[in-house]
This record gives sequence, structure tokens and C-alpha cells, in this order.
Amino acid sequence: MKFLQNIVDSVKPHFVKGGRFEKLYPVFEAFETFLFVPGETTSHGVHVRDAMDMKRTMMAVILALIPATLFGMWNVGYQHYLAFGMEATLMENFMFGFWKVLPIIIVSYAVGLGVEFAFSALRGHPVSEGYLVTGLLIPLTLPVTIPLWMVALAAVFCTLLGKEIFGGTGMNFMNPALLARAFLFFAFPAFMSGDIWTDLSPEAGHAVVDAFSGATNLVAFDANFHNVQSASDMFWGFEQGSIGETSAAACLIGALILIITGVGSWRIIVSACLGALLMGLTLNMVAPADLPNHAMHTPAYYHLLIGSFAFGVVFMATDPVSAAQTEKGKWIYGLLIGAFTVILRVFNPAYPEGVMLSILLMNVFAPLIDHIVVEQHIKSRLKRA
Amino acid sequence: MGKTINIRRGFDIKLKGAADKTISELPTSDVVAVKPPDFTGVVPKLLVNPGDDVVAGQPLFFDKNRPNLRFPSPVSGEVAEVVRGAKRRILEVRILADRKDIRYKEFPKADPASLDRAKVIEQLVDSGCWQYIRQRPYSIIADPVDMPKAVFVSCFDSAPMAPDMGYVVNLDKENFQAGLQALNVLANGQLHVGVRDGADGQVSDSDIAVVPADRIHHFRGPHPAGNVGVQIHHVNPIKKDEMVWTVNIQDVIIIGRLFREGRFRADRVFALTGSCVNEPQYFQAVTGQRMSTVLNGRLNSDHCRVIQGNVLTGKKSSSDDFLSFYTNQITVIPEGDQPEFFGWLLPGFKKLSLSRTFFSWLAPNRVYDLDTNMHGEERAFVISGQYDRVLPMNIYPVYLLKAILARDIERMEQLGIYEVAEEDFALCEFVCTSKINVQEIVAEGLAYMQTEG
Repeated sequence: MKFLQNIVDSVKPHFVKGGRFEKLYPVFEAFETFLFVPGETTSHGVHVRDAMDMKRTMMAVILALIPATLFGMWNVGYQHYLAFGMEATLMENFMFGFWKVLPIIIVSYAVGLGVEFAFSALRGHPVSEGYLVTGLLIPLTLPVTIPLWMVALAAVFCTLLGKEIFGGTGMNFMNPALLARAFLFFAFPAFMSGDIWTDLSPEAGHAVVDAFSGATNLVAFDANFHNVQSASDMFWGFEQGSIGETSAAACLIGALILIITGVGSWRIIVSACLGALLMGLTLNMVAPADLPNHAMHTPAYYHLLIGSFAFGVVFMATDPVSAAQTEKGKWIYGLLIGAFTVILRVFNPAYPEGVMLSILLMNVFAPLIDHIVVEQHIKSRLKRA
Repeated sequence: MGKTINIRRGFDIKLKGAADKTISELPTSDVVAVKPPDFTGVVPKLLVNPGDDVVAGQPLFFDKNRPNLRFPSPVSGEVAEVVRGAKRRILEVRILADRKDIRYKEFPKADPASLDRAKVIEQLVDSGCWQYIRQRPYSIIADPVDMPKAVFVSCFDSAPMAPDMGYVVNLDKENFQAGLQALNVLANGQLHVGVRDGADGQVSDSDIAVVPADRIHHFRGPHPAGNVGVQIHHVNPIKKDEMVWTVNIQDVIIIGRLFREGRFRADRVFALTGSCVNEPQYFQAVTGQRMSTVLNGRLNSDHCRVIQGNVLTGKKSSSDDFLSFYTNQITVIPEGDQPEFFGWLLPGFKKLSLSRTFFSWLAPNRVYDLDTNMHGEERAFVISGQYDRVLPMNIYPVYLLKAILARDIERMEQLGIYEVAEEDFALCEFVCTSKINVQEIVAEGLAYMQTEG
């Protein structure tokens, strides 16, 4: 790779201080460090360093997102052909979805990274790797029918108001990707709820089948929880929903990757599932017996499968920046996310997607949780010995 | 025997180039130097001038703020030169050493067990051996007028490729025991030692027989189990307004010589380690020895990093440098200044990481040849819970660091600044994904507490 190194070295003088493009140094640096782990050595303090860096961390998350992305692409095609009552092969399903989803991903990355680079050049700080993950998370949380300009708007909103105004990756207190989704959800409700979940672009010679309904399980479940799809369909993800969130199985693979690599906190994932199960069971116990279809009767484990609970818990709640930072705090944070999700779903039909709101809510509360944990820690330190 | 304390959090960095148990004695180099910057916080005032004749044990300079803290010459000879840096700061006092017999300043010989505490202190201060008595909090040289609640000696070093202290002590047993006796008097009987549980070649029970069994603490587990700060934390934690003194195990030997032989004989055993060393082994040399006499002809590459100490806490050095006062180990590893194409994307079978994003985690017993590459760029704190895995103390490291950065004295106190030293956070710095200089922050915090707290 000497060839590439030579190119990088030859253009470098233009970007360093005093060069023609010195203002663009952060942009240059981002590309340079993307291509090469720099030959920078330790100067003081420890002389050897763990091989882990921020790029590697983000890469692990992207790897964990790949199953959900691929399945999401397939499912877009599958739902489309299902709505038209057409038979399609695995490959046809996937390619249909691929061409629908790819532009959304490209727009998300291009716009978001553009803003990020511009900001870094303006403020003179290095481009952080956070958006590598955020840029993929945003498309996966959106319906496939979303207009591309909205994706662009969400990316801008998320980078600017989700991150950069606080000082960049590591300083934000809410998950930027989730913030982007919440922004679209409240700004353009017509594009984020209702019959939008399946791509119904016309197929010559076919019409949408009579049985087609655009309602997702979350909507069905509020009216009569018996109407949701089978648990196995929901687990594997043969259902309507945002691009990347339908398959709990794909999320499970992602969760395993995050937990094994140690990049995602298993405490948060486990405690959020526990929280949802416990709250589900509690509601089962107090559910009104005279209303057998009431959502409170939903079997607790359904809550782990319905909607984007799995996706949110695995990929959004575990964001280390916006989650609780203490190990004890992570348990509380996760439990509350799980519990709030179920409460929102069951008691507030206006916001069927409880997981998004409860994660954002707990993002806001995470510093408070940590504060309490640290205060307890200080008290225990004073008592000791 | 005290009960075994199991240290669970921590990490052993397995590196290539541990020292063989053979020892060579190095002849004293032409020039020997004492380096005031080795002593953190000391403002040196010279007691000698170039051209003066000195004997071993004669003070060369003292601390302006604590005039009874004097720093002796390790050899006899003629003061050759005082090397100064910016703002006339004294960097080195160089001495043309006597090649044949070192002349020593005589101190009274005595069995330390028969002396009272005041006498022991007096002899330590007079001889300049007081510099070996360090205190927590702040990890600085102690003040003789204080009364610590205990004195701690860690009898093993758990750092990467650290010298085997059992081997080192075995070379000079009697002096080690005499040193422990002196410390026991100094501690009013509150001398605690930490030993490694069940490991081979450690300091044997007979060597530490002067210490009552209930003050011998056995530790098991990975680095930093051998750090004296970690041991204090688990045995007798330091609270506000409390103080503990600590002495490095090799310095105990030098203190022992002072009482048994009546002279300041500061030669030490150190391990020359690291993957750039041809035959890693032990050496005996006088403190202040020129590094080139150690390194020349023994390295297999000229593009390497010379470190006085271990890879975690050592100081950058070179062959023009001199052996420091607290050095037990010299490590030489390759410099890692080569950029690596898509290094963050490769599977990484040969890269060491605590995270399991590199496939090397499948081979836990692999021995690594690490270089000095940073493996990434500095970022804001992002990953949580990383430091906690390698800091075996009841301390929330990130919160303590943030309190230090905010210069919040009350918070630092509450979160345990009195118990820590830079070395305890070295592994945190090693694992940090954001490549933050953790030890530097801790050092800033300790210095700030000392001046403001």
C-alpha cells in the first residue's frame, strides 16, 4: 500500500498549517486516518496501547447491524410482493428491497457526513467516528416509503442538534439517531404512521390484494391483542415495520456480536428485556378480566417481539454516550426502558412505538441515575473500614 | 497468615522478552549522574560545586522546601558538571566516579531492631536514604515529622515483564531483613507486606519473618495486584487526613545496608527486558550508571524505545541517560511509527486488545511483541465501563478523572484521590479506546490537591 501512502503524503503539505487548504485539515485527517491507522507513537504515560480505537468500536456496531440491514432489505421486497399477491424468490425480494433502501442509506451518510465534515472544518476539531453508526441507524428506523428529502433533513437535524451543538460525539446526551427519528415522527406524522409501512409502488398487471392492511402489529395490538401476528412471524420478522427493526432474530445476532466484542453493554440489553417482561407480567396480573381483548392481557414475552423493541434495546439503548455510565446505573436504566416501553404501548395508543420515547426519556434521566449511583458510592466509601 | 485477597479486576499484558535469571555485574561507568527531576515536587539547591571531591553518601543537593531532605551521591569521585535546562533548572549532577574503590561516608552500624524510632529516622535522614520513604496520599517523598498509620511494602511486581523480586531479594537477604526491621521500627510495629499467593520464586517466608504473620497479606490475581496502592486499598484504605508510607522492595535493601554496613551503598539489581533485547537478563549496577553501558551491544535493533521502568509506568530514556533512583527494570520495545493500511478493519490476530473486536482474544495465552503505536487518535470519553475492568479498587475512575479535570477538590476527595497514584491508573490508560492520557490527569489531580487541598 506504499502507493496510496505516497499519494496521501504528497497532498498532506497542502492541508497542514500554512498550506493552501489548512482549513480543511480535519477533512483531510479524517480520510487519512480512515485509510491508515497513523504511525503516531505514545509520547508520555503508557508506552504501549490497546489496539482498540473509536473506528474499530464503530466498525463492530456496523457489523452487528448488517444482519438487520440485509433482512430489512429482503423484508421490504417480501412485504411488497405480498401486498400485490405475487410470488417472488428470495433474490427478487432482496433486490427489490436493496434498490429501495440503498438510496436512503446513501442520502443519510452523504448528508450527515457532509454536515459533520463542514462542522469539523469550521470548528477545527477532528471528525469523530460516531456518524459511521448513526448514518446507518437512521435509515433502519424509518419506513421504506419515506421521501429522501426527509432523510436528509433528519440527518442534518441529528448531526447539528443531536450532537454538534453539544461539542460532538461523546458530548451529546441523547442518542442522535433516535432523536432524528423522533424529529421526523413529530414533524411529519403523516409519513411516519398510518399506511406507510409497505412499499406499494405499482406493479404492472397487479393490484393490491384485498386482504392487505397497512396496520402494524403495534396498531393491531391496541385494538385487540389477539390480532397481532404469530410470535414466530414477529420473531423472524415477517411483518410490516421500519426497514431494520422487524426481525428480532437479526437483532439477536447483532446483540450477540455486541456482547461478545464487549462493545455493547449486556447489562443494558438484559435489564431492558427483564424490565419489559416484569412490567408485562405485572399488567397481566392486574388486567381487567371483563375485557379479554385488552392490551394488558398480552403475554409478556410478546412485548420483546412486537415493534422495534429488540432493535431499540440492542442498538439504541446501548449507545455508551447517552446511556447510564455506571455499571449499576446501567441496570436501572435498562429496567426502566423496558418497563416504560410496555406502559407506553399499553396505555397510550397515540404513541404506539413506546420504545423510541422511553429510550429518549431514559437518555435524559441517565445522568440523574448515574448521579444517584455515584452518591451512593461515595456514601459507601465513607462508611467503609 | 492473613487471608488471601483475590484481585479479580486487572490485566496481565503478556510481552515477549522477560528476563532470564542470570545476573551480570556492570563496572561503574566513567560518569555517574543524579537527576533531580526523578524526585517529583523537589526543588533542588546544590550543596556541591564542580571540581569538589565527594564520597558516596555525601549529599549533593537538598530540597528548597524541606531542607532536611538531602540527596546523596551514589559514588565517590569528583563533581564534573551540573547540567541545567530551561530556566536554569538542574537536570543532572554528573560525577566522575572513582574507578577502583568507592569511598563511603561512614554512618553508625547498628541492629535497627535495637534502635528507637527517632534514631532510625535520624540515620535515614542523615544518610539521604529518606528519599526512599514515600507517602500516600500524593505518592511523594514522606515528611519525617509525620506519623503514618502504617508502612507498606509490596514484595512483588506484577507489571509486564517485571523483575522477579524473590530473585532480587535472594541476592542480598540479610540486608533486606535488616531493612524490614528498620521499617518496622519506623512504623511502630505497623509494617505490612504484600506477597503473591502461591507463586514460585517469590519472596520466601523466612525473608519476611520479621513481620508478624497477621501483617503479611497474600494477593492473587492479575496486574495491578502488585501495586502497593491496590494492596493498601484492600488491607487498610486511606481516609481523609490519614497517611501511609510505602517503600519499594529494592530500596528496603539499600536501607538495610545503611544499618548493617554503615554506608549508603546504592547499587541495585534491575532487569533488562523487552523484545528488542538480545538476551534479556538481570544486571547489578550502581544507581546513576550511564545507560549506554547497559544497552550497548545488547539490542537487536536501533529503532526502539528505551524505557526506564515497565511499559506502563516507565519513563522514556536513551543510552545517553543515567539509571534513575527508583529504576528496577529497563524495557526496550520497537517504535511503532509505521502507518498501517486499514489497520482498524483487519481481523487482528496479532493485536492485543481487552475488547474482543480483535480475533486475538481467541488465543488468551499468546505472548505479544507490542510496539509504541497509539493505535488510534485521541477522542472524547465515549465507551463506559472500560476503566472499571482494570482498576481493582472501590473507585469510579471516570468520575474521579472528571472531578480532577473540573478541579473540584471536594469531589476528588469523595471519590478517592487520596488512595491513588498514577501507576494505579496505568492500565486504564492502556485500555482506553479514546486514547486519553489518564496518568497525566491523575498526576495533575495529585499535584493540585497538594497545593490547594
